[in-house]
Amino acid sequence: MRNFFRFIERYHFFLLFLLFETLAFYLVVNYNQLQKQTFISSSGKLAASVLEISGTFKNYFTLKRANDELSRENAFLRSQIQNAGDIQPVNDIASGLDLRTPDRFHFRQAKVINNSVNKQFNYLTINRGAMHGIQPESGVISARGLVGVVQNVSTHYATVISLLNTRFKVSAKLRDSGFFGSLEWDGHSYRHAILSEIPAHAPIQVGDAVVTSGYSTIFPEGVLVGTVEDFELGEGEGFYRIRVKLSVDFKNITYVEIAQKVAGEEQRNLEKLTEDD
Amino acid sequence: MINQWIKYIITFVVLLLIQVLILNNLNLGGYINPYLYILFLLILPVAIPGWLLLILAFTLGLIIDAFQNTPGIHASATVFLAFMRPYFLRYIAPRDGYEPGSLPIPAHFGFLWFFKYAVFGVVSHHLFYFFVEAFTFKDIFATLWRVILSSIFTLLFIMIAQLFGQTKMRHN
Repeated sequence: MRNFFRFIERYHFFLLFLLFETLAFYLVVNYNQLQKQTFISSSGKLAASVLEISGTFKNYFTLKRANDELSRENAFLRSQIQNAGDIQPVNDIASGLDLRTPDRFHFRQAKVINNSVNKQFNYLTINRGAMHGIQPESGVISARGLVGVVQNVSTHYATVISLLNTRFKVSAKLRDSGFFGSLEWDGHSYRHAILSEIPAHAPIQVGDAVVTSGYSTIFPEGVLVGTVEDFELGEGEGFYRIRVKLSVDFKNITYVEIAQKVAGEEQRNLEKLTEDD
Repeated sequence: MINQWIKYIITFVVLLLIQVLILNNLNLGGYINPYLYILFLLILPVAIPGWLLLILAFTLGLIIDAFQNTPGIHASATVFLAFMRPYFLRYIAPRDGYEPGSLPIPAHFGFLWFFKYAVFGVVSHHLFYFFVEAFTFKDIFATLWRVILSSIFTLLFIMIAQLFGQTKMRHN
C-alpha cells in the first residue's frame, strides 16, 4: 500500500495528465451523445450573452449588407405571393387529399449572433431559443438558401450546425432532373460543398441548380443550396462527384429563418416504425 | 503573491475575450486560426506545481470549447501543452537553472529565449489540436499546412502581446 502511494506521488503529474486527456477525449468521442445536452456549447448562458454583445457591434458594420439581403427577400416573398395566387386547387377534392396542410412549414425569423467558417466543425448561434418555440432538428435557411440545422436549444438561444461542418449531411437533388444525392462539406473552401451519389446516367450540366429534396422533415422541398460548378465520374464508379458552388455566403449571414414542419413529429414517428424492422 | 494572481486572472480574461471576440472571427481562408489564448499557459510561473498547471489548462480549454462548440478538442490540446511545458523549460533552461520566482517571459530571460520557448509551446499545441480536430491522418498535408500557418500567426500575435506586457513589467 505504501508503495502504491509512493507510486502515485512520484508519477502524479503524468497520471493527472492521462486523466485529463481521457476526460477530454471522452468529450470528443461522445460528442454525438453530448450534443443533445446544452452542456458545453455556445447556447450556454454565459457564452451566449458574451457573443450577443459582440454581435450587436458587428451588426453596425453589416447594416448595409443586411438591408440588401432583406429587400432581396422582400422581393422574393412578393413573387411567392403572386405565384401562390396562380395555384387554384388548394384542396384537391377530386383526389380526396388535403395537399396543403401536412407539408406546410412554419417560419420563424432569427438573428445570427455568432458564426464561423474556418473550422472543420462550424456552428452558428442564433438569438432565438425554446422560449420562442425553436426546437432541435429544425432547418435553418436564409434569403439566399440553405444554412444548417438547429442542434442545441436553450431558453433564449440556439446553436445551429452549419452546412460548413464535416459532420453535416443533407439530402439534395438536381432541380431540373430530380435525381437526388447526399450533400456534404469536404472541409476545404467555404464557398463549395460536394454532392455525391448522383447516378452516372443522370443528365447534368455546369450551372444546374441544386435544391433540397424535401425527403426529410427538416427542410421544405426546393430550398436553393447552390449551383453545379464542376463534376467528375471516377473510373469504374457509377456515381458522380459534383462540386457545388454554395448560394449562401457564409461569411456574411445576419438574418435567418427557422423552418419547422407542421406535421414533422407525425412523419418522424411514422418513419420510426419502419426503421425498426 | 496575491497581486501576481490578480494579474494572472486579468490576463486570463483579456486573452479569453481577445480570442473569442476577435481571433475566432478572423476568417483568413480556413487555414489560419490563431489561438493566442495559450499564451496564458506559457507565462505561468516556472515553479508552478504540475497539478495546478494541468487543472488550469483543462479549465481554459473547456471554456474555449464552450465558445466554439468543440467539446474536448481544445481541452485535450491545452492539457497536452501543459504536460509538455516542464520538459520544454528544462530543455532550454539557463546554465545555472531557474531562480525561484522567475516567470518564463522576455523581461526575465530575453526575447530570443522566449521566442524559442513560444515556438515549442505553440507548435506542440497546434499539432495536437489540429490533428484531434481532423480526427484522421487522411488529408495529412492539409492538416499540417493548417498547423504551420496557424502557428506562424499565433507566434506573431504572442510576440505583439509581449511588446505590451514588457513595458508593464518594467514599471513594477
